[in-house]
Amino acid sequence: MHSPQPNPDTRASDDWPSELYRILKAADVRQMSYVPDAGHSQLIRMFSADPGVTTNVLTTEEEGIAIAAGAWLGGQRSVLLMQSSGVGNCINMLSLSAIGRFPLLMLVTMRGEWAEFNPWQVPMSRATQPSLEAIGLKVMRAETPEDLVETVEAAAALAYDSDQQIAVLIGQRLIGKKKW
Amino acid sequence: MSMQAQLDRRAAVAVLLKNRKDTLVVSGLGSPTYDLHSVGDHDGNFYLWGAMGGAALIGLGLAQAQPGKRVLALTGDGEQLMGLGGLATIGVARPRNLDIVVIDNQHFGETGMQASHTGRGVDLTAIAVACGFAATGTVRTLEEVQRLAAQIAELAEGPRLFVIKVLAENPPRSLPSRDAVFIKNRFRAHLGFAAA
Repeated sequence: MHSPQPNPDTRASDDWPSELYRILKAADVRQMSYVPDAGHSQLIRMFSADPGVTTNVLTTEEEGIAIAAGAWLGGQRSVLLMQSSGVGNCINMLSLSAIGRFPLLMLVTMRGEWAEFNPWQVPMSRATQPSLEAIGLKVMRAETPEDLVETVEAAAALAYDSDQQIAVLIGQRLIGKKKW
Repeated sequence: MSMQAQLDRRAAVAVLLKNRKDTLVVSGLGSPTYDLHSVGDHDGNFYLWGAMGGAALIGLGLAQAQPGKRVLALTGDGEQLMGLGGLATIGVARPRNLDIVVIDNQHFGETGMQASHTGRGVDLTAIAVACGFAATGTVRTLEEVQRLAAQIAELAEGPRLFVIKVLAENPPRSLPSRDAVFIKNRFRAHLGFAAA
């Protein structure tokens, strides 16, 4: 862990977690579930502090797929946060979202693809997009904060308004810019 | 070691749901889905034909979205065993309107009646206790199921899990629609949500 360093080049767009929180709140997301990832830590803190959103910490990522379907049955929108290693855990449970045409929005922070120090992250990183696409999800990807904010806004509309199953992959290059 | 179960699963589910009122029910893959359908199709039923391990967690998302309604996840031992971690997640979430009832025949009935863990010493109620559930119990007779039905109609302090030990047999299948989009939209319409 590095200690936080003041960055003279910080721009408003670097605070993308706050932007994502704003977008998801505007989309009326009422439930959020997650397996923690350092790249999601700020968004997890913001949702956890929000009494208008029910948050669930999961033991494994596929639980969040089922919770999201249940939330929708009960009339609420849900978002699921995980890192790429967790995508592999989700595959069979994604049958539920796919066959039931349940709105699904997953935000996936990528590991194993950019300046990764842990080689064990690499195989699932490589399999993340193909396996999501194989089970029928639409995969969108962002490499810059500006692109990410725009992508999540579009993905939320596709998921909740058009009943689509969407995974937004957040490039490790983008995450890596932050000190954590 | 364990007593031989005598209870017929269909009779047990019929008694359990006789006075369900506006309880919303999610049924797990396999026999619990047929059991639920066998006592009468209902717009407040969501039947699973897959997503093994997900029944109780769909119940959690639903319970959180509908805190004023009682939610029942009706599942089997095999289905719940695949979602053991979900019991920890539900224990932490602590919904007051979610009950899990496991129709436990101690076998994987869909795939040739292979023995499951619950007939070999694994106790789902003990796991639920360890996960912080508010109440748990195991029942073996129709009279006990009747009392259980009355108990789960009452308010709870947190999630509850009950096991109904039943005979290992496959009664004639009672098949609900396998069209999940139809069942989903029907369920949501039942709660007042228009199809998009």
